[in-house]
Amino acid sequence: MTCQARRATPHRAVTPERRETPMTFDRRTLHRAGDDRVGAKPQRRLGSFAPWPLERSDPARRLATILVLLLIAIALAGWSPGPLAEDVAPRPVTIGSKKFTESVILGETLRLLALDAGQPARHRAELGGTRILWGALLSGEIDIYPEYSGTLTREILAGEDVGSPESLAAALATRGIRVSASLGFQNTYAVAVPAALAERLELRQISDLQAHPDLMLGFSSEFLDRADGWPGLRQRYRLPQTRVKGLDHDLVYRGIAAGHIDVTVVYTTDAEIARYGLRMLEDDLGYFADYEAILLYRAELAAEAPAALAAFHRLEGKVDEATMARMNAKVKLGGASEQAAAVDLLSETLGLSVSVSAQGFWGQMARRTLEHLGLVAASLTAAILLAVPLGVLAAQHPRLGQLLLAITGMIQTIPSLALFVFLIPWLGIGWLPTVVALFLYSLLPIIRNTHAGLTDIPVPIRESADVIGLTRGARLRLVELPLAANTILAGIKTSAVLNVGTATVAALIGAGGYGQPILTGIRLDDTALIMQGAVPAALLALALQGVFELAEHWVVPRGLRPRKTRGASVEKAI
Amino acid sequence: MLRFEGVWKGYGGAPALAGVDLEVPEARTTVLIGPSGCGKSTLLRLAAGLIRPDRGRIWFEGEPLRPDRLRPARLRMGYMIQDGGLFPHLTVRDNVTLMARELGWPRDRREPRLAELAEMVQLPADLLARYPIELSGGQRQRVALMRALMLDPDLLLLDEPLGALDPMIRFELQRELKAIFARLGKTVLLVTHDLAEAVFFGHRLVLLRAGQVVQQAAPSVLLARPTEPFVARFVEAQREPQRVLLGAVG
Repeated sequence: MTCQARRATPHRAVTPERRETPMTFDRRTLHRAGDDRVGAKPQRRLGSFAPWPLERSDPARRLATILVLLLIAIALAGWSPGPLAEDVAPRPVTIGSKKFTESVILGETLRLLALDAGQPARHRAELGGTRILWGALLSGEIDIYPEYSGTLTREILAGEDVGSPESLAAALATRGIRVSASLGFQNTYAVAVPAALAERLELRQISDLQAHPDLMLGFSSEFLDRADGWPGLRQRYRLPQTRVKGLDHDLVYRGIAAGHIDVTVVYTTDAEIARYGLRMLEDDLGYFADYEAILLYRAELAAEAPAALAAFHRLEGKVDEATMARMNAKVKLGGASEQAAAVDLLSETLGLSVSVSAQGFWGQMARRTLEHLGLVAASLTAAILLAVPLGVLAAQHPRLGQLLLAITGMIQTIPSLALFVFLIPWLGIGWLPTVVALFLYSLLPIIRNTHAGLTDIPVPIRESADVIGLTRGARLRLVELPLAANTILAGIKTSAVLNVGTATVAALIGAGGYGQPILTGIRLDDTALIMQGAVPAALLALALQGVFELAEHWVVPRGLRPRKTRGASVEKAI
Repeated sequence: MLRFEGVWKGYGGAPALAGVDLEVPEARTTVLIGPSGCGKSTLLRLAAGLIRPDRGRIWFEGEPLRPDRLRPARLRMGYMIQDGGLFPHLTVRDNVTLMARELGWPRDRREPRLAELAEMVQLPADLLARYPIELSGGQRQRVALMRALMLDPDLLLLDEPLGALDPMIRFELQRELKAIFARLGKTVLLVTHDLAEAVFFGHRLVLLRAGQVVQQAAPSVLLARPTEPFVARFVEAQREPQRVLLGAVG
């Protein structure tokens, strides 16, 4: 049972970049400074299109120069932090969280605890679902994340003998993972009805529903379908109701408020339970499993970050369901940040007072812009370096060309999220798999346009180049690529614009950028927050397109631009 | 200089060339003439190494023309086609000097040569900075000729070099070209479908039909003593417009 899917909670997220400690920021700056060396490579490569200077204007050189300058500028500005942060002592602790509010609040709480214990820490928030988090924990990309016991035993370790705490600990130990005791609350399913209705029909336990076959039931689509959801519940309690609706979890609350639904299933820490005046019925036959909140962490934390680990353990047993529900409500209904909720949680449960400084709106926007540009620049640079030669190859060998275009076309049809998931086992989460995915998506337009630009060159021109004695390489460099430059640039432009859009999905695997507020906005049903990501992404795409159009204008030599006025009058002069 | 030996070439269907033997003599202008599809352009393209014969051999300066030895041979050939084949992204100067630069000619060798050629083809110096699209058709052909002559080749291959020009410019350029050929003493192989032009340029005419040489002879011989009815018909057909013209005057 994925907690991620079960949860549809809450409001106003703190983006992960805001959570970074000053320490990791410094290292990031350092790392970024090293990038001009990386960026210098394309210059040589692209420059080789035209190694000697033509006297007047040489479009290939211009194109190369523009691209290199542009990409260096973007890369310099926007290189994202690599995992280098781990190299320097004291080792920072990386905390992960799933993409629902409760998990983000807990992740943020852990980060504040670590900082309070003198341990540098960063929080990679809203990474995705159970699968991504568990994978990241196993690979060491994160050190700790909040989980639920039921998810651990039924989903992550499904099929293994983890009946007793000892066997569970042993199963985890073989993977280098440990588990904390319960934080003190459960977040499980509960059947809920409006308090007024419960009062009227005297509903206390789920069994009481048997006497009221006319009640309208509404569940999240997921609960409706899964075997341990509605089908099992109906069987266990022999529920007679036949009017059952499946709908989105968030809409369930609205439906119940509007009176369209009488009975639903909620998560026990949902903020809306109190808000809509619902009563949870007792699970008298013990149908729903335990979903105790726990922490999963890497065993080496005990040796490498003992102070932080000790601080984490202080949370055990301290957070009750009411507190957690209140914190969820603060964020989801009250519009507070997860960070603020975490501060409150610490002060209420541990009496710990921590102060945090939030990054301003523009600072945050600048950071996201740099992250986004970094993703686009790195993937686009790599794509240009590979796709242009591949396009040349495709133009020279028609059959190979068909194959290349077919393969890259196929890559294009893979949904971005699926591609990320394919890449995670090899590349982990965050910057690298995102850049690789964007790189793969960028190939097709560039290869296709390079291919088209080269094959569209008129035969007489190509033959003239041959007969004056140019070698194949020289012909390509001096004649064909300059003539195809315009088309190639158009392909690069297409890739750049597509890239800006696709990169927003990257927030799902922790790469940041404009996708972060979009993701959070979707989770919190907050249109303004979605706009904070969507609008700059659209503007960035437009801006990039504009830059490339300017470049195009500059690259295309006068000879390739039609001129009307001059030719006719000189005709007679001959 | 250039010799075709039993050359066959086909493009799928009927052969474009069916056993051509031809000797192109040095320092003379040889004109390939014949109706469309007779194989005259194919012959020229074979000489330039753009295509390879299915059978037979082509000799250039005493050596067979082989794919792996093409480049040195090409550097001793100049090539000019109907619409010039100029590189649209390069100025006149760059078009003409492109290969010289590739060969590493220093500037003080390139520029005088460029000026010399511009003078020879009567191209105003201020046009050197223009792009092909900014030139008239006649100017483009002058530039194409400059490019063909830049490396001072031994052999000039010209495929309908004046075919796309209007009659007056064509007339003028014919005269200039002939003077240049005479002055340089180059071996020229020229393709045209226009008998008058062929007669005007050619020391020797080669009439082709369906991929075979029908008759090769000096212009006066070809006109006076056709060896085959086809030659006579071809000559007659080309004379007809002239007769119409003269009739209108008379």
